[in-house]
Amino acid sequence: MSKAGSPAWHSACFLCVQEDIGCLVMLREWALRREREQATPVGACTTPQRHSDPSVRDPMIQFESVTLAYGRGESAVQALDKTSIKIGEGDFVALVGPSGCGKSTILKLIGGLISATTGYVFVAGREIGAEDVRIGMAFQNPTLLPWLTVRQNVMLPLKIVQPFRADWTRKRKTDYRDRAEALLAQVGLSGFGDKHPWQLSGGMQQRASLCRALIHDPTLLLLDEPFGALDQFTREELWAVLQELWLTRKPTVILVTHDLRESAFLANRIVVMSARPGRVIEDETVPFERPRTIAMTYDAGFVALNQRLRSLIVEVRAGNEVSLGAAA
Amino acid sequence: MMAKLRQKAASIALIFGFFVFWELACLVLGVSDIILPRPSQVFYTLFERWPAIMPHAAQTLYTTLVGFAVGVAIGVFLGALVGSSKIAYDTAYPLLVGFSSTPKIAVVPIFVLWFGAGTVPAILTSIAISIFPVVVNVATGLATTEPELEVVLRPLNAKKLDILWNVGLPRAMPYFFASLKVAVTLAFVGTVLAETVASNRGIGNMMMIASSTFNVPLVFAGLFILATLGICLYVGFSLAEKHFTGWANRKSEIVTV
Repeated sequence: MSKAGSPAWHSACFLCVQEDIGCLVMLREWALRREREQATPVGACTTPQRHSDPSVRDPMIQFESVTLAYGRGESAVQALDKTSIKIGEGDFVALVGPSGCGKSTILKLIGGLISATTGYVFVAGREIGAEDVRIGMAFQNPTLLPWLTVRQNVMLPLKIVQPFRADWTRKRKTDYRDRAEALLAQVGLSGFGDKHPWQLSGGMQQRASLCRALIHDPTLLLLDEPFGALDQFTREELWAVLQELWLTRKPTVILVTHDLRESAFLANRIVVMSARPGRVIEDETVPFERPRTIAMTYDAGFVALNQRLRSLIVEVRAGNEVSLGAAA
Repeated sequence: MMAKLRQKAASIALIFGFFVFWELACLVLGVSDIILPRPSQVFYTLFERWPAIMPHAAQTLYTTLVGFAVGVAIGVFLGALVGSSKIAYDTAYPLLVGFSSTPKIAVVPIFVLWFGAGTVPAILTSIAISIFPVVVNVATGLATTEPELEVVLRPLNAKKLDILWNVGLPRAMPYFFASLKVAVTLAFVGTVLAETVASNRGIGNMMMIASSTFNVPLVFAGLFILATLGICLYVGFSLAEKHFTGWANRKSEIVTV
């Protein structure tokens, strides 16, 4: 894939966007497909290669001055204001900020649950709906389907997403079942597969929903405060599970969280958002080595980072405009 | 458990007592069996005339079940269509209400006109009468699906049909089964209605002929058959409902683990 060519191509697109959007979208789709076809030999796997240096990667996620308003007219609530973010493939980014600052909105935009009022959201170089990006999403609430057992809930994405879907009828009883059980065991839910969601506590449901987000081996993982409902010990255990998963499979992860310690433990980058309407005010690289341990979270450097982020958020909550991050 | 058993025993005793009271009341008051036959006479007729009654009962059951099955299939399809979007729901509702509030007895002559007397109008009537509760319930079930549940599948690039199949329809199942219980009893009404008006077979027809010859015990035997068939189907669907939608009735079974 010609990586240098594609950003320039996009900016050309933005210039003429007012003239003919429909034509443009078709054109871009076509051009991207061409690009892909030329780059990939016939029969080769289309999964992009993963590099170790983030700067060479194609951005997995790209926000181009995205504005989002919920509702219309006078009563509209502006959730995002001209937000631009780039997230490299295989990166682990945490979004933090005061509540109501549009963090979850960003995830919804990426997940294709809502569309931007103005501006552009690109996932893997395309506007929403890219077939070859497997998205795993976990929400603030467990949202397990009450008529399915926990295991069936976890297996649900395999029923929908290719290439698993093609094998659904053949494999669901054995391979997929084992896969689900293995994941459930990893989050401490072995033996609960046959229960129904309502028979589990809130924290257990949340863990099951995390398994559901992971089962189809997503290349893009969107986590919306997934550990919010858990006690600290379970939470730390799951941090380790998530870190392990990221280190082995290197999916792109975007984690929305209120817990600064969590963000610094897990992420490579911490993006701090301002109060509503949300904008990016700080983009902090987390320097700590991996694999990180819980003990490290009590080191001086770690605590200092937490405190800096904390005071930044306290400031924006109070409504003081902070301009350092946007310029940097 | 004990309370449940006692309640069941009371139900059976009530049914039994009802028949005993009927029997005794007829004997004591000396009611002629042309007006109101005693239950014992009805049961006697039922056994004695069983070879003659059986084909009629089979015909009625067959007509009802075919009509009901087709009606439910159409109902689910229309319900899914209507319930799939708010606009469709609001647009189609007045028409649906219009169809449902048309007395079905009024359309039987039309069916007879179109298809002649016999099985076809009976099936059509039971279809017409059993569609509406299914449509309304399935549509309502779909329309009230929690958006959070649908949102689970959307990031997975799920097609609309996937969401309908995996979230919408399972979510609508409790509504669907509730409507089945209503629809199956209504389907009997439709069949018997059509048989009474224009057919030469079926319980409805048998009762018409019996009443015209003042064979009142046979009329009541027909009633008894209809009640029994209705109860059996109702119970069948109740059991199916319990099996398939147990998740929706989970009031007291929160398990602490």
